[in-house]
Amino acid sequence: MISLAGRDILHSWGKYVFTGIGLGLLIGVTLSMAGIYRGMVEDARALLNNSGADIWVVQRDTLGPYAEPSSLHDDVYRILQGLPGVAATGNVTYLTMQARRAGLDERVMVVGIDGFNSGHPGAPAYLLAGRGITRAHYEAVADIKTGFSLGDHVTIRRHEYLVVGLTQRMVSSGGDPMIFIPLKDAQEAQFLKDNDAILNDRARSAANPSLNRPGVPGLLDAIIASQSANHNVNAVLVKVADGWDSEVVAQDIRRWKRLQAYTRVQMEEILIAKLIATSAKQIGMFLVILAIVSAAIVSFIIYTMTLGKIREIAVLKLIGTRNRTIAGMILQESLGLGLVGFIVGKGAATLWAPYFPKFVLLESGDTLRGFVAVMLICALASIVAIRAALRVDPATAIGG
Amino acid sequence: MSDDAIRIEGLTKRYGSGDTAVDALKGVDMSVAPGEVVGLIGPSGSGKSTLLKCLGAVIEPTSGRMAIGGETIYDSAEGGWQSRDLHALRRDRIGFVFQAPYLIPFLDVVDNIALLPMLAGKSDAQARLRAQDLLLALDVAHRAKASVAQLSGGEQQRVAIARALANQPPVILADEPTAPLDSERALNVMRILEQMASQYRTAIIVVTHDEKIIPTFRRIYHIRDGKTYAEQGEGRKIYDKRENK
Ligand SMILES: Nc1ncnc2c1ncn2[C@@H]1O[C@H](COP(=O)(O)OP(=O)(O)OP(=O)(O)O)[C@@H](O)[C@H]1O
Ligand SMILES: [Mg+2]
Repeated sequence: MISLAGRDILHSWGKYVFTGIGLGLLIGVTLSMAGIYRGMVEDARALLNNSGADIWVVQRDTLGPYAEPSSLHDDVYRILQGLPGVAATGNVTYLTMQARRAGLDERVMVVGIDGFNSGHPGAPAYLLAGRGITRAHYEAVADIKTGFSLGDHVTIRRHEYLVVGLTQRMVSSGGDPMIFIPLKDAQEAQFLKDNDAILNDRARSAANPSLNRPGVPGLLDAIIASQSANHNVNAVLVKVADGWDSEVVAQDIRRWKRLQAYTRVQMEEILIAKLIATSAKQIGMFLVILAIVSAAIVSFIIYTMTLGKIREIAVLKLIGTRNRTIAGMILQESLGLGLVGFIVGKGAATLWAPYFPKFVLLESGDTLRGFVAVMLICALASIVAIRAALRVDPATAIGG
Repeated sequence: MSDDAIRIEGLTKRYGSGDTAVDALKGVDMSVAPGEVVGLIGPSGSGKSTLLKCLGAVIEPTSGRMAIGGETIYDSAEGGWQSRDLHALRRDRIGFVFQAPYLIPFLDVVDNIALLPMLAGKSDAQARLRAQDLLLALDVAHRAKASVAQLSGGEQQRVAIARALANQPPVILADEPTAPLDSERALNVMRILEQMASQYRTAIIVVTHDEKIIPTFRRIYHIRDGKTYAEQGEGRKIYDKRENK
């Protein structure tokens, strides 16, 4: 038995392919949306994995340091180091801001870290090129996605940094590439005021009689010094010693040090379930709408194609073709359209994924799920057309 | 006579009900022998198409009896249709030829014909062999691989006749098969139908208004107000004489 659907498709392949391409672009958008979500999750995971930490210690009652602001004194790490099960600690600050190089103005996450040998919590796990930071000031290691290259002078706030190393897949949970600088510089950058503000503050302190007491020499200087220095970090990253359960260590930190400590599992929960939950819902809603639109388009196309064949369907019925065969023909054409659309869509999504500014991850699982969904939608969409075809009266082929 | 290819007795058909009911057939009697071509003529609205639709098992008669090849297909006294599978009945026992060829545009010439044996369960190879034979008999074998859009009107009508013959049905129903053709082509189609009728022992009913072909029938059924009257075709002798000169 020849395939009626196959022959019909071959006969009007031009129309078919054009429609398939149109549908395919829509499917491509859908797959990309899923890829964007996966990319966000993947970025969040990369952020956690590449930080090299087992526990994140942050300000009490906050979901810091990524989901909420958190501030700790930069000497907290000393107390933590004394706890059993703690192998290493690292102070970190995170600050999303603009970094400038001649002609390039890039949104980056500036990360201040207090150690640069690999394995130090917070430091990039490996370098693509160059070396780690060795000087105490004004050197930087940048993620390749910043577009900066070795030897570049990058301006962050008022200081210039020399890019001495390049790393990869170090991004914030928002997908901004990271640039690592020494902790002291980062603390300064975070709280640094411009000269006018500093002068203004000094004048205010000097004019305040309770701070500038005539009988206490040196008080004003001490106050001004403490006002213009910053000794805070956003989090302390903790690496747990071999054989220790990070949850046990985290519990100790929570109980005895009155700090908030999150394990890797909890951090992932915070990032994925809280930080990107709204975006996920947003994308989910978009996927639902796209699915409905695709279904409407496919059913409309298949319905019009079927209406264009009413006469042939009446003749086919008259000469003894069963309803089942005719329904099968329409269903196959619909699925065929879905297949063409899916191939085009997958191709388009793969082609344009690298041009997205943030990471787009096309998972094979999503591709498979997408394929099943497209086929289901096409099958459902053919129902209207099949009903119309089954209502065709073979007597109309004979005419009046 | 049980060896009639078509036998119709007391067939009635009423469309609708109540005040708007139309009695399209009011007791039609008809019999056609195997290999015979009969004409069915009558004014517009006399019930010609209705009769073909009943015999073609696409609408259900109101009462009466119909038999094809000696086998009852419909009997109102026996509960109506005798077969539950009307698709198979149409596919295997009735061929249709229409005013327009109504070929399937997405199949090539040979598959337009081969489709019927395929639907009846024949293998593709067998079905195409059968189609090739018919194309040869109808003198369009050289167009077998063409798409139907590339055929002339006359060629298309011959392919349509080949399709009607594809499953070797005992009966062919033709509704105005010559209407769009000029008189030479129209007579040609009638000659082919006659030839096929005698070659394959097929009974053919040709509904027509066409003055040109009326003389070709040996027997004509007139239908008027839903009733049929048989008549020997007077024109036939003149036609035969002209054909043989
Ligand atoms: N589906 C229908 N519903 C109601 N009445 C119908 C229907 N089909 C046909 N009729 C009526 O039945 C009668 C016979 O119609 P039919 O189509 O059989 O005529 P016909 O002889 O084929 O006419 P023509 O030569 O114009 O094709 C007409 O009065 C017509 O109006
Ligand atoms: Mg009619």
